[in-house]
Amino acid sequence: MNETVHDENVGKWTMVIDLDQCTGCQACVTACSMENNVAFVGEADAAYGRGMHWIRVVREWNGEMPDLTADFRPVMCQQCGEAPCEPVCPVFASTKSVPEQINLQVYNRCIGTRYCGNNCPYIARTFNWFDYERPEPLNFQLNPDVTVRSRGVMEKCTFCVQRIRRGEEDANAEGRPVHDGDVTPACAQACPAQAITFGDITDPESRVAKLARSARAERFLEEVGTEPRVIYLKGNGKVVREG
Amino acid sequence: MTAEAKPMALPHTSEEEDPREHLMHDPLPREKMNNMVMEAMTTAPLEYKIVVGILALLVGVCLFGAWGYMTMTGIGLAGVRRPVFWGFFISTFVFWIGISHAGTFVSAILRVFKAEFRRPFTRAAELMTTFGLAAGAMYPLIHLGRVWVFYFMVPYPNQRGLWPNFRSPLVWDFIAITTYLLGSTMYLFMPLLPDLAMARDHSTGWRKFLYRILSLGWRGSETEWRHLRTAIKIFAWAIIPVMFSVHTIVSWDFAVSTTIGWHSTIFGPFFVAGAIFSGVSAVVMVLFIVRSSMVNMKYFIRPEHFDALGKLVLIFSMGWLYFYFNEYMVEWYGGDATSKEVWHYITQGPLSWLWLLMLVCNIAIPWLTLWNKKIRRTPWAMFIITFLVNVGMYIERYLLIPGELARNRIPFDWGDYAPRIEPIIAVGSISLFLLLYAIMSRVIPLIPVWEVQEGQMAHAMKRVGKAKVPVVTETE
Repeated sequence: MNETVHDENVGKWTMVIDLDQCTGCQACVTACSMENNVAFVGEADAAYGRGMHWIRVVREWNGEMPDLTADFRPVMCQQCGEAPCEPVCPVFASTKSVPEQINLQVYNRCIGTRYCGNNCPYIARTFNWFDYERPEPLNFQLNPDVTVRSRGVMEKCTFCVQRIRRGEEDANAEGRPVHDGDVTPACAQACPAQAITFGDITDPESRVAKLARSARAERFLEEVGTEPRVIYLKGNGKVVREG
Repeated sequence: MTAEAKPMALPHTSEEEDPREHLMHDPLPREKMNNMVMEAMTTAPLEYKIVVGILALLVGVCLFGAWGYMTMTGIGLAGVRRPVFWGFFISTFVFWIGISHAGTFVSAILRVFKAEFRRPFTRAAELMTTFGLAAGAMYPLIHLGRVWVFYFMVPYPNQRGLWPNFRSPLVWDFIAITTYLLGSTMYLFMPLLPDLAMARDHSTGWRKFLYRILSLGWRGSETEWRHLRTAIKIFAWAIIPVMFSVHTIVSWDFAVSTTIGWHSTIFGPFFVAGAIFSGVSAVVMVLFIVRSSMVNMKYFIRPEHFDALGKLVLIFSMGWLYFYFNEYMVEWYGGDATSKEVWHYITQGPLSWLWLLMLVCNIAIPWLTLWNKKIRRTPWAMFIITFLVNVGMYIERYLLIPGELARNRIPFDWGDYAPRIEPIIAVGSISLFLLLYAIMSRVIPLIPVWEVQEGQMAHAMKRVGKAKVPVVTETE
């Protein structure tokens, strides 16, 4: 992996996604939508490109027609160290959360210029075009830990910041540091192939730190200079030799 | 051998041309011109009232009605989607900001360079700046997801200690456009003072009351003139960098982003060239409408003015093409795979007919027609040409914003944009511009009489040998 990330952008919370293990089953998409109160926009709007999913399984086609094979790459907000969405927001709604070292969206500060959405190279942001209804009994599944967004604001993956805070508070209450595995975002929890691993990369013994040392590790669209905090392990034997 | 015996042909005195064709060499007494302008201002035939009524209805329904409905329902009524988060609204915004460059260009730049042909239509162009900005500045609000909290962008002291993000180009925009609007309004007002005083002295009733307030007690003393000339000179020089900065900053909305196709250092001058191109074209359109719909205007606005503006349009067409070519040249040389996809999408994708139409309107039509002096001197032909130029420039902004956003680095997330409510609101904003202009054309003197008179006094024909040569005396 290209070790050009600035020290202050190493961050703490890191996600590693093994593309060899991803089957493209979309369980992460579903789990994320349940956990984070992501709105259902209906068939017509979803077909027009207004689906609100915070994570999506991107298909990457290999080969020429008709001999095509698909690789799957779950893509969500990459929690960039040099996030392109942050400087362009006129009201600081897209901002760095210092304690978690991740990028958060302040919903009640957002005025809906959507500049961040244009500037995100990962197309990770979604916009509340309308107030979407949750007909009964769907309203009962709303997660009380997560804000329900109103129309006119941007939203995106938060690395399940409510679970990070829960993990930290539980560990605090027990008077111990946060152990590896205490915090699991919804997508990682739901992944049947265990392709998604989440943890603290500053702890050299954590699972993510070990996986990040793999020769298969890469960051997505690294050439844009965003210094993302999500690490992908290349699939299909596309291994980069170290050194 | 007969040719040798002729006197050398001077540019302004070829045999078929009468110097009286030029407004500056066809002087009328000041009082006559005053009365002509007053008559133009106070004549409001039934057709004018019908047009104003229709425009007011369109503004009410298409602009405020549709915008209000969208505010109540959600910005989803527009066609924007992921990944095309900006569409028609921002294209129209850039278009109006471009139109607003005409006034300053014609009035300030031509003033400091002492281009004499500018005199009768500086005010008509400055009005376009003010109203173009008024129509354009609404769009950043219209396109907001939550317009009711737009004031978060304003730097005001608040208990949360939050300021706008001064790193964001949108805040630069906000400041630049506000500066330009205030500056250009003052610059519109100052040369208006002597004409408002003239109108005060020639009117009765509510008009007299209005002009007495607006003319700030102007009496035309030598001191007042000296102060006014100094102030105009300072403002003319000061507003020029503001004008260049405004569209440069608008271009930075795009240029500072990481989006493929926008991320380009050429955007500043490219946008300014495009803005002046479309702005000067819009001046021609407005002059044609003013000339054919208001009385006495055929004396003030003449084929020579269309001729001069036509030359400017042709030059800016070339300048615009230079930057447009440059932009693609750099992208092509960069060889980025995504750039190639964007380029392919625009030139050969579903929008390729727009791209070709843009090239025809912006390059082929001006280049094929504006070389011809006869066409440049035919007002209706100039109206059609400049209308097409503006269509082309609108398409350019459309291709630049929703066109280039439709393709990005992740092919999975490509998506085409189709406008929904946007064209209705665009019709509303065009109506707003025309409505404001139509009303103001009957409220303020559209022709700066004192500037025309000053020009006519400075111009004379001088006999040099056997030829008569036009000469200009420096007045300032």
